[in-house]
Amino acid sequence: MNWVADNLDLIWELSLVHVRQSLIAIVLGFVVSLPLGWLAWRYRAARGGILTVTGLLYTIPSLALLPILPVLLGTPIFSEVNLILALTIYAIALMVRSVADGLGSVDPAVRLSATALGYSTRRRFWAVDLPLAGPVILAGLRVTAVSTIALATVGALIGVTNLGYLFTNGSQRRIIPEVFAGIIAVVVIALVVDGLLIAAGRVLMPWSRAQRRRQRRAALPLEVRVA
Amino acid sequence: MNLIGDAIAWIFSGNPGAGLAPIPVALAQHLMFTFVSVLIAALIAVPSGWLIGHTGKGRDIAVAISGAARAIPSFGLLILLFLVLGVLRTGEAAIITFVLLAIPSILAGAYTGFEAIDRKVIDAAQSMGMTQWQILWRVEVPLGLSLLIAGLRSATLQVVATVTIAAYINLGGLGQYILAGIPLRRFDIVLGGALLVAALALVLDGVFALLQRASLPAGVHAAQSEHHPASKKSASARTAATAAS
Repeated sequence: MNWVADNLDLIWELSLVHVRQSLIAIVLGFVVSLPLGWLAWRYRAARGGILTVTGLLYTIPSLALLPILPVLLGTPIFSEVNLILALTIYAIALMVRSVADGLGSVDPAVRLSATALGYSTRRRFWAVDLPLAGPVILAGLRVTAVSTIALATVGALIGVTNLGYLFTNGSQRRIIPEVFAGIIAVVVIALVVDGLLIAAGRVLMPWSRAQRRRQRRAALPLEVRVA
Repeated sequence: MNLIGDAIAWIFSGNPGAGLAPIPVALAQHLMFTFVSVLIAALIAVPSGWLIGHTGKGRDIAVAISGAARAIPSFGLLILLFLVLGVLRTGEAAIITFVLLAIPSILAGAYTGFEAIDRKVIDAAQSMGMTQWQILWRVEVPLGLSLLIAGLRSATLQVVATVTIAAYINLGGLGQYILAGIPLRRFDIVLGGALLVAALALVLDGVFALLQRASLPAGVHAAQSEHHPASKKSASARTAATAAS
């Protein structure tokens, strides 16, 4: 474990880069998924198209998507922009479905009551639909966040520096503690971000805890990408 | 955009060059690793998942383990096992990684498949005098098959993606073109390899989509299309949602 003690600065620096790359992708993915998920929920015709396209993008392995993006977009091949974009695409693919499912899980009677109370469509969306869809969306966001943070390490294979560097460098130099430290750092970051999301959910949606206990068995497993 | 043309020309050139294995060999390796790993994972995860689904016990543990597994970067795990087991056991290191990666999805597919079944159906089977074994094999397994295949589908795609990365530890497979092409600056090879991997994943996904549709018992299929005429892909998820709510 000497290696870890001697290289705490490096691990810390890479962790910051790693967090920055993953967070940009998670936030971008979330912001894009809200309107897309809404479209998929609101319009039947759009639903099939949006979910099929995101599903197919999600199917493409990361190491394949990473070299294809710069060719399609004209970005430099070793730029971290490609990694962030690829992670954003995967985040969108996971989140759009959660947003659509979340909006679909809102009781139509509640929606009708809001309309009867005089809510406009827009106000109803922000005040009724979105908060009630919140728990399902949050569940999707948690899965997305954790898998994005783990997946970002693949960037090291195409020359993007982040915690994945500890894997490639550790493998070339055969330093087991280096690789191990990288795995631990990724897991710790993922758990911290997951914890923050849970906390944010409790603050923003205090009603969801009681509800979750009731709905526990109704929860569906989400597909997850790990590589 | 010319690069795409070059990449396609490279794919059909018949000789990958740069001392790389021919494409059919790499494809066979890729499929071999995927198939063996998913098979081993299924042998472990399907019986355990069915047990959890049938008895309703141990679900929380399974959910917790699957959640934690999500946070582990498979690329790091692969290299860790590779270094720990040594260069002579590269294949074993890779297969262990892939199996660990595939287990959570298959496990979840197996037990949610059972959980999604309407309790009344199980009660009816019981009141008809079926034994536990009969309920398992003649009610739960056929009705849960579609979600189990969904789990196998997502496990297979994860493994295909990770086998690509495994070329980093000289395992062969289609990923070798991407990884070998980068230092050589042969972007036709990189992109050609990427297109092959993407195509393989999409084809496998399509095969599983067909299997998933074929696995729905005819009666369930009819009942489902009556209520939900919409998308086919989410049909299995819908069964689960409607049955569980």
